[in-house]
Formats: sequence, C-alpha cells, structure tokens
Amino acid sequence: MAPKHPPKARLEHSENVAGGAAADVHEAHHPSGPLRWLLTTNHKEIGTLYLVFSLTMFLIGGVMALVVRLELFQPGLQLVRPEFFNQMTTMHGLIMVFGAVMPGFVGLANWMVPLQIGAPDMALPRLNNFSFWLLPVAFLLLLSTLLMPGGGPNFGWTFYAPLSTTYSPPSTTFFILSLHMAGISSILGAINIIATILNLRAPGMRLMDMTLFVWTWLITAFLLIAVMPVLAGVITMMLLDINFGTSFFNAAGGGDPVLFQHLFWFFGHPEVYIMILPAFGIISVIVPTFARKPLFGYASMVYATASIAILSFLVWAHHMFSVGLPLIAELFFMYTTMLIAVPTGVKVFNWITTLFRGSITFETPMLFALAFIVLFTIGGFSGLMLAIAPADFQYHDTYFVVAHFHYVLVPGAVFSIMAAVYYWLPKWTGHYPDERIGRWHFWLSVIGVNLLFFPMHFAGLAGMPRRIPDYALQFADFNMASSIGGFLFGLSQLLFVWVVIKCIRGGVPAPAKAWDGATDLEWSVPSPAPLHTFETPPDLRRVAS
Amino acid sequence: MTPVQRTVTKTLVALVAMVMFTIALVPLYDVFCQLTGLNGRAASEPRVFTRGEVDESRYVTVQFITRKGNGLPWRLEALDRQVRVHPGQAYEVNFVFTNYGKSAYRGRAVPSVSPGEASLYLRKVTCFCFQEQRLEAGERLQLPMVFQLARDIPESVHTVTLAYTLYPMTGPLAVIEDGTTGQGGDA
Amino acid sequence: MRKTYVLAALIAGVAWLERNALADGWNMPVGVTEVSRHVHGLHMTIFWICVVIGAVVFGVMFYSLFRYRRSKGAQAANFHEHTTVEIFWTAVPLLILVAMAIPATATLRDMYDASEADLDVMVTGHQWRWHYDYVGEDVNYFSNLATPREQIDGTQAKDANYLLEVDQPLVLPVDRKVRLLMTSSDVIHSWWVPDLAVKKDAIPGFVNEAWTRIDEPGIYRGQCAELCGKDHGFMPVVVHAMPQEEFDAWLAERKEEAAAAASGVDRNWTLPELMERGEQVYGTICASCHQAEGQGLPPTFPALVGNQALLDDLERHIDTVVNGVAGTPMPAFSGTLNAVDIAAVITYERNAWGNETGDIIQPSTIQAQLSP
Repeated sequence: MAPKHPPKARLEHSENVAGGAAADVHEAHHPSGPLRWLLTTNHKEIGTLYLVFSLTMFLIGGVMALVVRLELFQPGLQLVRPEFFNQMTTMHGLIMVFGAVMPGFVGLANWMVPLQIGAPDMALPRLNNFSFWLLPVAFLLLLSTLLMPGGGPNFGWTFYAPLSTTYSPPSTTFFILSLHMAGISSILGAINIIATILNLRAPGMRLMDMTLFVWTWLITAFLLIAVMPVLAGVITMMLLDINFGTSFFNAAGGGDPVLFQHLFWFFGHPEVYIMILPAFGIISVIVPTFARKPLFGYASMVYATASIAILSFLVWAHHMFSVGLPLIAELFFMYTTMLIAVPTGVKVFNWITTLFRGSITFETPMLFALAFIVLFTIGGFSGLMLAIAPADFQYHDTYFVVAHFHYVLVPGAVFSIMAAVYYWLPKWTGHYPDERIGRWHFWLSVIGVNLLFFPMHFAGLAGMPRRIPDYALQFADFNMASSIGGFLFGLSQLLFVWVVIKCIRGGVPAPAKAWDGATDLEWSVPSPAPLHTFETPPDLRRVAS
Repeated sequence: MTPVQRTVTKTLVALVAMVMFTIALVPLYDVFCQLTGLNGRAASEPRVFTRGEVDESRYVTVQFITRKGNGLPWRLEALDRQVRVHPGQAYEVNFVFTNYGKSAYRGRAVPSVSPGEASLYLRKVTCFCFQEQRLEAGERLQLPMVFQLARDIPESVHTVTLAYTLYPMTGPLAVIEDGTTGQGGDA
Repeated sequence: MRKTYVLAALIAGVAWLERNALADGWNMPVGVTEVSRHVHGLHMTIFWICVVIGAVVFGVMFYSLFRYRRSKGAQAANFHEHTTVEIFWTAVPLLILVAMAIPATATLRDMYDASEADLDVMVTGHQWRWHYDYVGEDVNYFSNLATPREQIDGTQAKDANYLLEVDQPLVLPVDRKVRLLMTSSDVIHSWWVPDLAVKKDAIPGFVNEAWTRIDEPGIYRGQCAELCGKDHGFMPVVVHAMPQEEFDAWLAERKEEAAAAASGVDRNWTLPELMERGEQVYGTICASCHQAEGQGLPPTFPALVGNQALLDDLERHIDTVVNGVAGTPMPAFSGTLNAVDIAAVITYERNAWGNETGDIIQPSTIQAQLSP
C-alpha cells in the first residue's frame, strides 16, 4: 500500500550542487540588459516578470478602487462625474481579475510548478515568453481606452449587452481586442502548465504525489482551456454586433440580451474558480509547513478541488436569478449552487484539522494563510446565503454581493498570493522577508480589509445597489467606514512593496530549506534558486520494499 | 512525437472542441428556448393547431400589448386589447400597422410571451410577427393573428400577455430607396 | 484568566450582532408583503445556520491555534487522514442544505405564481427613469428622480429621501394582487423595492413578470438594481400603496388629467407658453443626456446647441424626438409624451441657449404627424 501523501524529498541530494554549477555555464550566453527580460525563456525569470506585472496591475487597479471609495466617502457627487465613476468601477474589475489575480497565479505557477515537480523548466519555454509579453500589450491597450473620446469601458466588468454593444462608447472595440489578447495569453499559459505537469515530473513522482499547489493548478489549467474560448466567443459576438450589424444580443434584430448573460456566466463562474483554486493549493502547502504536520485529507483535497471544478459548469445561472428564468431552472441552479458548499467545506475542515495537534508558529506567510481561512470562509457563508434563490432577489446586485465576492477575492485570492510571496521569497531572493514589516503589513491589511468590506454587507442588506456613484443618506455611515478601510488597506500595500524590494536587496540569508517544517521539493535546491535547477531530475522512485 | 507534443496536441484538440462548442451554443440556446419557453421566444414560429375538444370549462385571458423601439415612424395597435378564450379554441385578432412617416420603411414586430412557459402552449398559424413588414408612406395595414392556446395549458395559467415590440429592420437609415435588403438579424 | 476575557468578548460580540443585525437599517427589511416576510425568514434562517457553523469551525480553529503553539512546546502529531470523520463532515453539511432547500423551494414557487391578478401594470425601464402603464386603463406616465441637482452637487442640504424621491410614484391598491410586467426600451434595468421583495430585470424586447400584494398603505422606496449607464444611481422606484377606494379615485383623476392634456392639442400656443412648458419637459426628460445647457456629452449624446443638422432640418428634428433613432440611445417619445409636450420641447430646443431659429411648433402639427 502506497502512502497517501507525497514522499519527502531527500533534501540534501547531490543534484543541487550540480544545478548551481550548471547555472554559471548557461549564464555565459544569456542576453544581458533589458533584452534579457524581453527574450528570456527561463521559467524563473518569466515567473518574476508575471509577478512584477501582477503587482503593477494590483496597484493601478487599487488606485482606481480608491477613486471609487473617495467618491463614495460621502453622499453627493464631489470628485468625479457618474460617467467616469462607471469607467473606474469597470476598469478596476477588469484589471484586478485579468491583470492582477490571474497573472499573479500564473507567475507563481511559473516559478514553483517546475521546482515542485523536479522539472528543469516549463515544457514550452518560448511559448511561455510569448504568453507573458501578450499581457503588457493587452493592458496598455485597455488602459489607453480611458483617453479615447467617450472614455473607456463603462459597463461593468461583466459587460452586459446591450449596454456594452449598442450603448457602449466607441472604445469598446479596443476593449474587446485587449481582452482577446489577455485570453490568448491565459490559454497558452494553461497549455504550458498542463504539458509541464503531465510530462516533466521527476521520475517516480505520481500524480497523487504532487503538492496541492501543483494539483490545483493542473485543474485550473483545464478550466482555463474549457472556458477561455467561451469568453473569446462572447466578445467576438459583441464585436460583430457592434461593427458588422449582426444581432446576437440585440432584440431589435431578433437576438436576445439574456443569451449574453448565459454565455458570459458559463465562462464567468468557472473563471471565479480559476481565481480561487490555486489559492486553495497555496494554503494547502503553507498550513502544513507552519503546523509541522502533514496536510490532513490530501486525497479528499484533490477530489474536492475536482468536484468544485466540475460543479462550476453547472451553476452559472445563479448570477441570473432575477432575469426571469423558468421556475425549474431557478430550482436547478439553486440546488447545484448549494451543493458547492460541500466540497468547499471539506477543504476548510481539512485545513483546520491540519492545524489540530500541530506545532504551530506564526510567521508572516502563516498569518496570511490563517486570515485566508477565516475570511474566505466568511465569503463562503455569504455565498451560501446568495445561493438561496428567493433571498437572492433581495441580495442580487446590491453591496451584499460586492461584500461577498470581495471577501473571497481580496482576503481570499489576494491574501493567498501574498502568503505565497512571503513563503517563497527566501527561495527566490535568498533572503528572509523582514518579519517586522511583514507583520505590520499583515495586521494593517487585515484590519483595513474588514473595515472596507464588512460594512458592505449591511449597506447591501439595507438596500444599497452596487455600481452607483451616489447613494441615499441611510447608507452614509457604512460607506464612510468602507472608504476609511479602503484607504487603510490600499496604503498598507505600500509596505508590501517595501518589504519585497528590501528582501530583494538583502536581509537575513535563507538556507535551502528556509522553513523548518517545509517538505516539498523546491526546498531541496539552494536559496536563492539558481537560474537552472533540476537539470538532472531528482529520483523519487521508491526503493522496492 | 514526444510526450510533450502529444499532450499539447490533446489540449489543442480540446481547445478547438471548446471553440466549436461555443459557436454551437448560440443555436443550442435557441433550441433550448423553443423547448422550455425561456423568455417566451417559442412564439415567433408558425405552429400547427392541435385538434381535439375545446375545453369550455375554463377561460384564459389573453392580453395584447404593443410597444415601439427606436427609429421607426410607425404605430402598432391591437384592435382587441384583451380576449377571453377557451383552451383549444382558435381565435383571430387584428392589429393595425400605420406608417405615419414620409417614406417607406421596413419593420418587424418582435413577440414576447409572459409567463414564458405559456409560450409552449401558444400556437399561432398566422402572425405578422413571422416576417418583416413593408409599409409605404402613410400606409395603414390591418393584419390578422390567428392563434390557439393548447388544451393542455396548465390550470395555473389564467392570464397570458403577448407583447409585440416594433423594430426597424435596418440600422439608422431604415429608408428603402431601391428595394435592396439591408442588414438583418442573424441570431 | 485570558480565557474569561475571550469568552466575554465573544458573548458581547454575539449580543451586539443580535441587536444590530436585527435592527432597522442594518438588515434586510421584513417588508410589507407575505412574500417579503417569507424571504426575510429564509434570510435569517440561513444567516443563523452560518453563524452556528462559523462558531464551531472558528472555535476549533482558534482553539488549535492557541493550544498547539510551538512556543508553548506543542509537539506535532503525524495523522493525516480519518475516513469516518471525512464522511461525517461531507454528509452533515449536505443534510443541512437539504433542510434549507425545502422552505426555499416553497417560497420560490409562491413568487413565481403571478396568476389571477387584480391589476396589471406594465413597467418599462428607460435610461434613466421608469415608465408605468396601467394596462387597459389609458393611464401611463414617467416617474423621474425628483431630487434637485443642487442637493446632488452639495450646494443645498440633502432631504431625508435624498435620491429616493420621484415626481410621480407608482400608485397601487393594498390587499390586491398586482401583476407587474417588466420590459425596457433600451438597456437592461432591474426594478427593485426591498419592502416588497420584488426584483426583476427589465429586458429590452422581452416581457418579464412579477407580482406583489401589499398589506399596508404607505410609501415604499427602491432603486434600479442593474447597471444601466451613466445615471443608473439616479432612477429610484417609489411605490405609493393606498386603499382600493383611494386608488380608484386617483385612477379616475389621472384619466381626467390625461384627457385635459390632450385637449390642449387643438389650440394655438404662443412661443412663451411653449418655451415654458418645453423647459420643464426638457429638464425632466432630456437634460440627463443632452445636459442642462444643451451641450450634450459627445460622442454618445450629441450637443443640441448649434447642432446645425437639426436646426436646419425641422423635419428631422421632429422625427428624431417622435420616433427616436435606431441603434442609438435616442428613444421614441411618441408613445410616452403627448403632442403638447413634444411640440413644446422641440420649440424649446430650437430657441434656447442661443439656438435662435424662432420656430414655433404647434401641438396640432405633431398630432397631425402621428395620425395622418
């Protein structure tokens, strides 16, 4: 009977030294200067590019959120006009989803998947370079629409037709083009990750030996391949409706605006899980490290992830309870949505049981991971409430929904990325991140994020619709609290930037195995990880017993 | 082929399959709507009447609402705004189209049925909504709509509302000069 | 000692939540219909289920975090699976969910049964106002935001009902089943009144239905809930519920008013009369897009000041207002404004803000166009 958890890598095997030496040889014919970053095909460098890009987009999208929060600080229109406010909410959503969270996870996958499976690089290094460089082009184009006549996209990140077709600003065609590019980038990245995980695992590493981070990314990559074409299809139909006189979504020509929503959410709901499954993987890697105890229920974690991924194709219309679906459809989508709580619950229970009877320490990555478990679960609870279709008629399109998805995306996805950065920075830079600044960053972020998003539950329940630039007086206190929390959270991210830069420039040197409870393969290579690792794959084959 | 190439080929096949599936979703959605009455779209196709007894034991009220989209100088009126019908019985109601504009236009009345499930039981043999209409300047045209509510319409349905929205058949320049067809819908 | 503090804080927290979560203005309103009370009941049930699960889960979590700190010398155990426990915590949530789905299904069935209504109202969303049409009664009107611009811009103190006040509310009788038929003339809107627990999307080209039966007379306020463009935040819904007799009187009065308005069509109007009426119509209907001074918001909403294409072509100007422009946000006003209002607003647009055509458009001219 094989053990149900990954075998512990022999952390002192001899390839490490060989790997380090090999790097110097390759360095010789590597382009230097800016060209090096433009032409690199190394998974670590591309990973770094993705992460820097993601952080940049996170800050730009964050500034837009602060514009929104500043306008909403008090009732009345003070700072921006409604038409610009709508562009800010829309761009904030698009940039955070497609520019910050997704590339952030892809960057982590680039860095860590080969290291965790013992592969020398991604399977398709040149494609890897191309998938990254599509992104800056796509987002420069997207940002440039703000300067075009009529402004940028102003129809929400869900861009419902016909507001985004017949009634959209002229720049919408550029918005579609940039989304196409970002989509192609994601698809290529997903193909690369699948090819890497399925083919380049170290000899002896079976699928059920992989870390949860690799597992969740494998499943996420399949989700990307399944739904990105749907997004491409729906925006192509928009393009045709806007520029070539078709009527997919135009009732006047026999089309149906509701078709747009079905197609969008058929993409959109799996997309939501694309942004959370790798987070589950990260937490499942960090919690055992700092609890110094193997992950509880490894196999059930894998099955739960797969069930969530499959269920994600059957719940899309819970975003559309109020469009007037037939009763039978409402019931179907209500039941399937409630069902998702089961595998998600299993994950939370597993993490907590991993903590139970551990030997726990609270370094910064662990703090973020623990905050993830609590705050993501709160987001899960409001998700369960939203699943109840009759109650959803009251919650839908209010700040309650805004609170819900920000709880799963900010202290959910974003905190997991930060936890991962703090966790792997020693491996990337060879230095521990500054614990003191890290703790300040953590506590300010946790306080800020709750002050920002918790009052939104109340505002929504009390009747405040989302996406409005001005509001009735009974929502004023909630909004003022949210805005203060928003600025606290936003400004404390500068500490994050500081801590990362400080860590790159120096700090307490980290050994190969930077965290004493860590067991995964990446901790067997030196810190900082040399440019080329595992050129001779580690042999994980079990000795016949 | 190396194992990596094999994996990439498989993922590319899956990708192409998803692209085809996306394209197929549009017609599939139409079929789905026809079958379930989603959004009351089933009402835009001619259907054969069911034969059989008229259920004289109950009445269903059928309301007709007419509306107008942007850019067409037409008026659409229902001569009978509301009729009480027996399920199974065929009825004829009349609508009047008026073009009060200064030139000829093409337009189409897009139907919608509420509640959506009622559209499964609404059978229309003739309806102006099946095709576009062309009216000369100042023309007035009376058109019939012959319909039947299927006998098996659920007992819970007491009122069926049929809304027709008039839309011009081309873009902003809907005026027909030479009879050529403009861009129509394809969805 | 510390444990006592934690416990005390926990109890205080729950007490605070209990008081405030149930308080007005912090929670979903109970509302004034049977359906809204059911919905509120479901909401509170699922909320307390979540609170209990949360207390157990976080309780175990924080217990573990305190109890098994390495700084307190905790030694890690090495277990990593337990099939019985895993089956247990898959099955229990499933049972809770089934228990929750039963009442939710019943309420949903009830909400979908719009049959046998006493009154039908057609609700049409427009950018950015609601239009109500009492089906079969010849009464229809726009319901516009009534909050003055000065309050929004902060030069005037804000009313209690800031942004939730309209010029003409939707008037409904109490204790009657009212069927609401929802549609839109442009983009998707969503008609929502929390106290009625009715939220339904208004979709162009399609008709949705919802229903309500209000128990108590009163004024109930809501807002558009689907992003519909620039002034999405400025199209409130106000429902005025009154006893049947009052409602009947109100309806009769509205019919008379409509007849009176129509009678003005035949007489000749002077320029000042038309300008006065036109300014008022322009302010409520046109200014949200074409702006108070007619400067528009190009490229989406063209300027009217010095718009030679319109000023040189009266026919086209009338056609634009009466029939709208296909493929643009410009709606047709022939079905929603009467001939007097249309004539007045066109006259106003052609003679205001330095547009000095001197044209006077008589209501009879518009009327003649509409019924040749």
